[in-house]
Amino acid sequence: MSKQVNLTINGKQVTAPEGMTVADAAKLAGIDIPVFCHHPKLEPVGMCRMCLVEIGRPMRDRNTGQFVMENGQPKIQFMPKLETACTNRVEEGLVVLTTTEKAVDGQRGTVEFLLTSHPLDCPICDKGGECPLQNLTMAHGPGKSRFNYNEKQHLDKMIPLGELIYLDRERCIQCARCIRFQDEVAGEAVLGFDDRGRYTQIISVSDPGFDSVFSGNTTDICPVGALTTTDFRFGARPWELDAQASICTQCPVGCNTTLNIRREAKAGGEVVVKRVMPRQNEEVNEIWLCDKGRFTYHYTEGKERLTKPMVRRDGKLARASWDAATKFAAEKFNAHKKDFVVLASGRLSNEDLFNLKSLADTAGGEAILYSDMGGGELTQLVGVGAGTNLGRMGKGDAILVIASDLYEEAPIWWLRVKQAADRGATLIVANPRTTKLDRFAKYHIHYAYGDEIKTIHDFGKKSRISDEFAKAKNAVIFYGSEGLGVNGTSALASACAVLLKESGHAGNANNGLIGVWQRANDQGAFEIGFRPVPNLEKALKGKAVYIAGADPVGDDPNLAKALESAKFVAVQELRETATTEIADVVLPAQAFTEREGTFVSGERRVQRYHAAVAPKGDSKPDYAITAMLAKQMGVILQGTSATVVFDILSNSVEAFNELSYDALAQVREQWPIVGRSDMYYGGTTYENTKGMGVQLLPMAQAGGTVRIPKVRKEAALRPKEKELLAVPANKLYDLGVTVRTAGFLDGRIGEMMISMHPSTAKKFGVEDGRKVKISFDGVSAEAPVRLDETVASGVALIRRGMGIAIHEPVIAKIGGRVKS
Amino acid sequence: MTHILLRHRDVPDINKLSVYKKNGGFDAFKKAVTRMKPNEVTDVVKASGLKGRGGAGFPTGMKWAFIDKNNWPHYVVANADESEPGTFKDREIMESNPFQFLEGLAIACYAVGATVAYVYLRGEFWELAAFLDQKIAEMEEAGYLGDNLFGKDYSLRIFTHLGAGAYICGEETALLESLEGKRGQPRVRPPFPPSFGLYGKPTIINNVETFTNVPPIIANGADWYKNIGTADSAGVKVFSLSGRVRKPGNYELPFGSTFRNLIYEHGMGIQEGRPIKAIMPAGASSSLIVVDEKVLDTPMDYATVRTLGADLGSASVIVLDDTVDIDWVINKTIHFFKHESCGKCTPCREGNHWMRNLTERIHQGTGSGEDVSLLLNVAKQMQGKCLCALGEFATMAVVTGIERFPEDFKKAVKA
Amino acid sequence: MSLEKKYAKEIKQILAKYPPEHKRSAVMPLLYLAQREAGYINKEAMKEIAHLLDITETDVASIVGFYTLYHDRKAGKYRMQVCTDLPCALRGADEFLDKLCGNLGIKVGETTEDGLVTVESVMCLAACDRAPMFQTQGPDGIKYHEYMTVDRTMELIEALKGVKE
Ligand SMILES: Cc1cc2nc3c(=O)[nH]c(=O)nc-3n(C[C@H](O)[C@H](O)[C@H](O)COP(=O)(O)O)c2cc1C
Ligand code: SF4
Ligand code: FES
Repeated sequence: MSKQVNLTINGKQVTAPEGMTVADAAKLAGIDIPVFCHHPKLEPVGMCRMCLVEIGRPMRDRNTGQFVMENGQPKIQFMPKLETACTNRVEEGLVVLTTTEKAVDGQRGTVEFLLTSHPLDCPICDKGGECPLQNLTMAHGPGKSRFNYNEKQHLDKMIPLGELIYLDRERCIQCARCIRFQDEVAGEAVLGFDDRGRYTQIISVSDPGFDSVFSGNTTDICPVGALTTTDFRFGARPWELDAQASICTQCPVGCNTTLNIRREAKAGGEVVVKRVMPRQNEEVNEIWLCDKGRFTYHYTEGKERLTKPMVRRDGKLARASWDAATKFAAEKFNAHKKDFVVLASGRLSNEDLFNLKSLADTAGGEAILYSDMGGGELTQLVGVGAGTNLGRMGKGDAILVIASDLYEEAPIWWLRVKQAADRGATLIVANPRTTKLDRFAKYHIHYAYGDEIKTIHDFGKKSRISDEFAKAKNAVIFYGSEGLGVNGTSALASACAVLLKESGHAGNANNGLIGVWQRANDQGAFEIGFRPVPNLEKALKGKAVYIAGADPVGDDPNLAKALESAKFVAVQELRETATTEIADVVLPAQAFTEREGTFVSGERRVQRYHAAVAPKGDSKPDYAITAMLAKQMGVILQGTSATVVFDILSNSVEAFNELSYDALAQVREQWPIVGRSDMYYGGTTYENTKGMGVQLLPMAQAGGTVRIPKVRKEAALRPKEKELLAVPANKLYDLGVTVRTAGFLDGRIGEMMISMHPSTAKKFGVEDGRKVKISFDGVSAEAPVRLDETVASGVALIRRGMGIAIHEPVIAKIGGRVKS
Repeated sequence: MTHILLRHRDVPDINKLSVYKKNGGFDAFKKAVTRMKPNEVTDVVKASGLKGRGGAGFPTGMKWAFIDKNNWPHYVVANADESEPGTFKDREIMESNPFQFLEGLAIACYAVGATVAYVYLRGEFWELAAFLDQKIAEMEEAGYLGDNLFGKDYSLRIFTHLGAGAYICGEETALLESLEGKRGQPRVRPPFPPSFGLYGKPTIINNVETFTNVPPIIANGADWYKNIGTADSAGVKVFSLSGRVRKPGNYELPFGSTFRNLIYEHGMGIQEGRPIKAIMPAGASSSLIVVDEKVLDTPMDYATVRTLGADLGSASVIVLDDTVDIDWVINKTIHFFKHESCGKCTPCREGNHWMRNLTERIHQGTGSGEDVSLLLNVAKQMQGKCLCALGEFATMAVVTGIERFPEDFKKAVKA
Repeated sequence: MSLEKKYAKEIKQILAKYPPEHKRSAVMPLLYLAQREAGYINKEAMKEIAHLLDITETDVASIVGFYTLYHDRKAGKYRMQVCTDLPCALRGADEFLDKLCGNLGIKVGETTEDGLVTVESVMCLAACDRAPMFQTQGPDGIKYHEYMTVDRTMELIEALKGVKE
């Protein structure tokens, strides 16, 4: 802990860590000093001049360095001018006065100056009701404007900075919070000021505009209504909104969110989600959210939602009662007991997955995780220790990211890893391509696809990199599925686990392995016993399949074929999908917004989410549907409530033993203090009152034996002349249903493309933009070629989720006739 | 009198290397590098009483001594931004006596252990920058810049850097931001450049004229210099005289010379022999001094000018005669400050915008008495609140104009 | 046309002035280089400079916007920038500008029909003792013209007409 110093603010004794700003120290002591430009997550700039206060310093004797005393008290010398609380640091004996006539007059002056250029259009402003300027105007503003309203500048009010964020130039108060957030926190300086003086204006000239996946955060920290999201602007007035705690379902980071909801006539008087806001969890997402997490909740709405169970009769799906539908499915599964398979994805909660797994186990079926990525057993052994907080990593620590493009796969991890590097952590990025993280890395290792394991083994040899990694105080490895399928990732996880164990980086906080999973709760699925299989097509062929939260038919023609030949298919889903279309039974499930449950994040933090809106139609939570179906099969499972299921789960799965919903609801004090009453300080981020979750102990920390399975050697794929190596890579905005349904993201999704190095394209005689046919492993697709210098030669890089079914590296052929 | 700074007025062609050398050029630099320790150089400058000529008048030697010796490398930057309306002295020095300036800069570098220096010129000094580049190249060729100077283990390089039209870049931290390739907006101080300057490294910034004083100080000693000028302000100053005088221009005078001497002896008095109404001793940033005989006889040094309710600043003396209306003057100065406000801090950005609306209205004759008091009030509301001194500067002429020349404003709003 | 190709040598010289880890410092000289091309800085040039210095295009645009000597729009071949600040105004700069505009038949900020000259009014240029004065900003950089009269200015404009690229 850093040294504490004592000072007084408005006569109150305050203790604060050395180096803290006076504004922050006041906040800590419960004294509000108004601020606009200052934000506790940004470097102080002292530019808005809102936080003017009187500061007195104890006089020191020049010779002795001791305080000069007067009547037994240190003599305090005040500066003639007001000073900014946001740029002055606390010192021993400092005396701060924030409410004297002089200070208040200074603050009033700043508000008045700001209002001379402000449109005062609060009644139609999205920020009205949660606007710091509005609040401070009430508190400090003059009753009547001394500024001649006719001389007010009139500026553009609806400028799209990109497709996602709008700027109102009249409302902007030039505090630069948004610019500084993008530069300092996100490391993407895509916002800037144009011109100067009174003409200073925010601009973004990137292509596309405001090219950052963190853009939504600027609307939270903008202290006025200058920045608004395309999604929410004119959506509702903040005071009409209710709030419910949730967890983002988009990636394994597990960002804490708040769903803002409102009853709406437009929605037939139903309560609907109006926006997703960040909820503070300094150990997970701090006060940030990526745009994918913020904007992709629309898939829980719409006509495509399933509302009634359906059963196929005479080749057609027809409505049925819950009883009839589950009974029908149960009979089929019982009839094909030997061939019973449960296929579920990490979109489901622990409670859902636990019931599914219990059913499979009791009924003698197989439980398969719908994923291209393995290795979750290893994160159970040497995953990051409880107490991990990437926000505390820095100088002396090391972070290795291998086979993952964090920016595209888990943006908030990207941001936090980048910031750890900013604080001095050694960042090593190992990837066959250049990724956005490389800019912040101390070392990059550009290996060839297929050399992942070798790259990790090389850490066993002497080199500057391996030395620095081994000697690091703390070390974390992120591994992902770039260019790898189930086998490759499992082997990579083993190799990483061995490295961590041997270098002593397992079993402690801020040490261990993190899987960059494709879905939010893949880690939970592993904990519960689900495993992916290397050949899903084979595993499904001729089986009786119970699918939950997955669309294999839509994703992959080979899987579609396998399911066509299946004995029976029951699908439990939110929305109509290609898989529900071929199913024999369709069971409508509730969305995460409609029910409660828990997820396990990639850092193995178990976190709760809550029901915010009413369920659609007759849909039920997945765990309850499974319990109904199980009952019909003669298996007794709990399905009454998520809590009950969780209690059983925590009794049966060892790692969860100590957990309960109550434990997950605990909150700790967090810094910075954010909340609804002082929006000028932290922004509109929600305070966390519903729980920060609990991290599971990895075996290495729990004291169990850690035995790491041997890495299976797979022969590297070697394309022959006229062949190339097709590899999968992940993409943030893909054609997945969760992204696609938020129409305004279309531009960011882009189209299906085959990326290759110019030399490869030349060898195959294709140019940039030319449509080609690519075929491998029974898959054949057409897509335009995009030249990309960062892709290794001889390789075709294909993004997952963009329409070409690629799970793992394969030898591919290019050519053949292309329909134009 | 022979000139110490504007030596070209005594020695023709001193901007040629050979002529400069023949007249003792680079002896001081050689003396410093070969016979003095760096801190001895700083001590001599400290003892000479030299104060910064960029406006603030901060003791130069003291600034050099502040350089943080625990953080390296160190930089020295010459402030050649010269953008204060009424100031044109640095330009003449660099054009006509460039080597003395560069030598002074080099000595400063030696004193603080810098091996790289930048000369930050306002963008308009485009031709001058090319000229200095050529002079720097000549120095390199002659062995006054480069590696192992005078056979000692000391190397130095000097580079020019052009601004691009922004008065604020004369403010030292805005200048550094600009030199770092950013928008020229001031930083919060402290930390000050001697501990956190260019690229976050300890940096000494001085005005061109300040550096130009250094070679003769090193050559002739601190006492020689201290004996020139007044007790408060040692040495000589180049006064940029402009406005309604017959003969505007730069005049190098010892501190303590009177306004009368400057304006009537050197500037040949006022056009058409009219009376002087006001003096702005520090350019557009200046307070307006109401002129009477006593004022004209006031010796010009930093302390004494302060007794007149103004700062000497960079000594750019703008003379206003009785034909000039003060409401017009402040409309001009506020036009300037509104144009040059960087926009970073609220009071300066908004205050200048507001003030300009008011001065324009008042000057156009559509303003009211209330507008005048509002203007005064807005100016005072800015004072002491801004991030850098520009905002403060903007209020000077307004406040002193309204308070010291109330008649002009009564006349302007009489409608 | 790519700056990097056309001005390879100059770019190298410019970059050599600054520590390699602070090459962003070169943005201002590079912008002058880009402006030489067409009298203003276009989007492509900003993009290229951003790329050269490893900063964003928005960073570059934001710098162009801050400084008055950089232009993101085309104007006359020469910008005739007349100082009308206080000291020059005390010596007749405003009247000079008025007359000059009258002679050219344009208003301040406008460009002569032949596209040769744009007349602008600017802040102090550190030539207060030599008013009326202006600078020309053109393909050959920035030049000062001091102790000017309208007649001498018209002569200068005539002479500029004859200047070849
Ligand atoms: C708005 C503003 C403009 C300034 N302009 C200049 C300038 O053009 N030239 C200069 O030397 N100093 C200027 N200064 C002063 C510098 O900030 C700094 O004090 C000076 O360069 C220090 O050098 P000196 O100690 O040699 O005077 C300016 C200050 C402010 C606040
Ligand atoms: S006082 Fe003016 S110039 Fe200085 S920081 Fe504030 S806005 Fe910028
Ligand atoms: S100046 Fe302190 S909050 Fe803006």
